[in-house]
Amino acid sequence: MYSRIIGTGGYLPEKILTNQDLESMVDTSDEWIRTRTGITQRHIAAEDQMASDLALEASRKAIAASGIRPNEIDLIIVATTTPDMVFPSTACILQHKLGIANGPAFDVQAVCSGFIYALATADMFVSSGKCRNALVVGTEVYSRIIDWNDRSTCVLFGDGAGAVILTQDQQPGILSSHLHANGSYSQILAVPGNISAGKIQGKPFITMEGNTVFKFAVKVLEEAVHEALDANQLQPSDIDWLIPHQANIRIISSTAKKLGISPEKVVTTVAQHGNTSAASVPLALDIAVRDGRVQSGHNVVLEGVGGGFTWGSVLIRW
Amino acid sequence: MEIAEIEQRIKKIVAEQLGVNEAEIKNESSFVNDLGADSLDTVELVMALEEEFECEIPDEQAEKINTVQEAIDYVASNASQ
Repeated sequence: MYSRIIGTGGYLPEKILTNQDLESMVDTSDEWIRTRTGITQRHIAAEDQMASDLALEASRKAIAASGIRPNEIDLIIVATTTPDMVFPSTACILQHKLGIANGPAFDVQAVCSGFIYALATADMFVSSGKCRNALVVGTEVYSRIIDWNDRSTCVLFGDGAGAVILTQDQQPGILSSHLHANGSYSQILAVPGNISAGKIQGKPFITMEGNTVFKFAVKVLEEAVHEALDANQLQPSDIDWLIPHQANIRIISSTAKKLGISPEKVVTTVAQHGNTSAASVPLALDIAVRDGRVQSGHNVVLEGVGGGFTWGSVLIRW
Repeated sequence: MEIAEIEQRIKKIVAEQLGVNEAEIKNESSFVNDLGADSLDTVELVMALEEEFECEIPDEQAEKINTVQEAIDYVASNASQ
């Protein structure tokens, strides 16, 4: 038994923040941002929009595309680093907003690898028969944890959500998933603050050692694709679409080059979305499915890397 | 490994990574000031050196490699023979 994606959905908040807008906020330039990151704009959630609100929009589209009814969903996994509140989980809040009350609902915290972790976890439930239809979401409001005075990080991130419906099937589906973590790198990318004694203790904004993150990301993203291909006796040339986490076009290009995968086979959204963390992979997948690039029978590799450090891949026969 | 061989291999990598003509690369060339590298180019350059010479260059060492000559010196004294 396998699990198979039967619907995808994405949502980006209305407000767009361009590089030109940022030029008036911090000492930066459109040219610097584009050449270092490939980003030209990012979406920013409205003040009253929480991660669950973005997730709800993306989930509704995924459910509509799948053809199932909301009450047929018996598992919800939400990947987010920017939950609505400390608890309950954003997954539980989303479940209620969808008007359903079936099955388990929980959040997964693996930062920018979050969707890969969530999808791999949902695959275990669905392919084993524990659940029939899973809603898997990546949703983020990174604009809330960005120091808008820090020009080295504030230009990189955006808000958004992406969702998929995973259902049980005799046909693949998800062929393999591989997850990894190495906590010794926890300091190079973090929001180190926490809540204690009624106050925020420590810094509640993103801190990042950019060059170290870059190097680590390129290294493990290449390894992750090889691991996925080896597990399925496939070659890089067998990949129809590589959908990597959208952090930085330079990381994506460097990874593709090392793998010998032509840029035309790599789905990129980073120019328009910025880095939407756990939302980036399902958003990119949704776009490539809806514009007809991803077709039945294609080999699609999803991969992510993020704070923790965490990384991993999911290989899908579409 | 002969120094001349290290130098030649490094210059080839630098030319490839930074998209510059090998003839323009001098030993004293600074990656950033003379060859147009940005901070991410220098990271990729260090990764390419690690791959070419099968060694791991720690970040604090990598930060000190700013010129072709510094790369040659590092490889000459650290890379596996």
